[in-house]
Amino acid sequence: MMIAQMQAILELRNVVKDFPSHRAVDDISLTLEAGRFYSLLGASGCGKTTTLRLIAGFEKPTSGEILLNGTRVNDVPPYRRNVSTVFQSYALFPHLTVEKNIAFGLEQRGERSFSGKVEQAIEMVRLSGKSKRLPAELSGGEKQRVALARSLVLEPSILLLDEPLAALDLKLRREMRAELKAMQQRTGITFLFVTHDQEEALAMSDEIAIMHRGKIEQTGPPREVYRKPATRFVAGFLGAMNWIGDAGVRPEALRIARNGSEYRSTARVEQSLFLGNAVHVLLKLESGESATAELTGAEADFRTGELVHVNWSSADEMRFPR
Amino acid sequence: MKQLRFWMLAPARVWMALFFAAPLLIVVAYSLLTRGDYGGVEQPTTLENFTRLFDPLYGAILLRSLVIAIVATAFCLLLGFPMALFISRSGRRKNLYLQLVTLPFWTSFLVRTYAWLFLLRDTGLINTLLIKAGIVSSPLPLLYNNGAVLLGLVYGYLPFMVLPLYATIERMEPALLEAAADLGARPFAALRRVTLPLALPGMFAGSVLVFIPCMGAYLTPDLLGGGKTVMAGNLIQNQFTTARDWPFGSAVSLMLMAINMLLLLPMMRRSEDVL
Repeated sequence: MMIAQMQAILELRNVVKDFPSHRAVDDISLTLEAGRFYSLLGASGCGKTTTLRLIAGFEKPTSGEILLNGTRVNDVPPYRRNVSTVFQSYALFPHLTVEKNIAFGLEQRGERSFSGKVEQAIEMVRLSGKSKRLPAELSGGEKQRVALARSLVLEPSILLLDEPLAALDLKLRREMRAELKAMQQRTGITFLFVTHDQEEALAMSDEIAIMHRGKIEQTGPPREVYRKPATRFVAGFLGAMNWIGDAGVRPEALRIARNGSEYRSTARVEQSLFLGNAVHVLLKLESGESATAELTGAEADFRTGELVHVNWSSADEMRFPR
Repeated sequence: MKQLRFWMLAPARVWMALFFAAPLLIVVAYSLLTRGDYGGVEQPTTLENFTRLFDPLYGAILLRSLVIAIVATAFCLLLGFPMALFISRSGRRKNLYLQLVTLPFWTSFLVRTYAWLFLLRDTGLINTLLIKAGIVSSPLPLLYNNGAVLLGLVYGYLPFMVLPLYATIERMEPALLEAAADLGARPFAALRRVTLPLALPGMFAGSVLVFIPCMGAYLTPDLLGGGKTVMAGNLIQNQFTTARDWPFGSAVSLMLMAINMLLLLPMMRRSEDVL
């Protein structure tokens, strides 16, 4: 998926960030191209937020280089970087109205007539009619959209989003996902979205970088990182994974039958969980290992205690150097 | 629940009634009576004590108090804001600095004001050093003027400005300043557009806390003004002691309260929950 002729908007070269107590970012290199949706995915404490803060300029790298549009920005303060951040807490100015929050950046740039731009931004995030409200008078989803508009109105080279959906309830979170993706496509601005939620990352991104202990484990399009994880960590982190011997097999790749002629293991059904669109069958293999099979369709009716044959194709086995 | 509430509040109610409401009523009553020959009050009731307040002599004293209190409050704001900002950004040393701010309270205000006397007088530390260093040939008039009174007031009440200011600045979400920088605001612009407006409640609260005691100050003008800078507090004290005119003293007290309330009520409304 690398498109060579596209210009790199952002490049991290061997970036390290040390804090007094630990190394938060450990030698990461990353190239972002214009107009795409990127996710930085990892568990809390993996260094993804620090990476974002390095790009925004709130932290300085201990070593390595950050290049924005080809220029080294290691020592450029945040207010002179053409990147913008949507904070997890939104960080809206509580004493300013929606309108004035959105105009803040344009004013700081010394732009004279920005009311048109502000109005457009308010319309884009569907907050017309609420432009005179204070942040305290808005719902969580509305605050979120003000934060987005406040950043997007500046047309930054990159929009950094720090777990912006974390504070929203599940339903709103799903809606915002589609909205964010649509907004990225409409504006053509490069998004770098930091999240610990793999579903979010998989659903929205053109490309995902998976971080673990300050390092980037793998970068690639969602399908690729899911189907061809580069490391054992990625395989276990993304989606569910059965570890059978030294191979990983996804639950949806396991097939079970009462009396299949070809099978790799017998297993005892421990539990059968009906999930609506699928059934999860929890198995105890003859090797003593546990595994889960995800079955879709009507054949998926197994009882607890039943003895079954389990099969999978070698093509679905994932192997990693230990 | 309601009963508990009643009994819990009862001691405070009794206290306020006995030691605030009742004395205030007495002051109001005195202000409407005639002075006794050896202090105290006598019949008949009169409004003369209040009309006397419009005598230019007393008007000047009230005006001087007002100006000195306003200037002292302004200086406290100018000094206190950077201090509060500095403390809120001092990480682990915050508590140490806060303790240093409140350190003067460990000794009596009287003693501390006397200490200024020893620093500022003609043979005091500052003048002695200046003369020895050859910077001046005769001692500078540092004491017994408006400047000395102002200095004493700012010194004495600065902590009352710093603490509420610190409380509001500390309450501010740190991400707001990052957001400001992120949106292109240089540090000074962020200070002006974000920190300053958000610290307004603290400024109002601090101003109220500094202005009121400055308006009523009598110890500082007495010691550092040396009787030359008479403020409302000195006038009141004088009426109750040497002048033996309790009714007029009461009238001045009420006038002082009225001025304070008139000036500060709008501020107290805007100080939100800091006060």
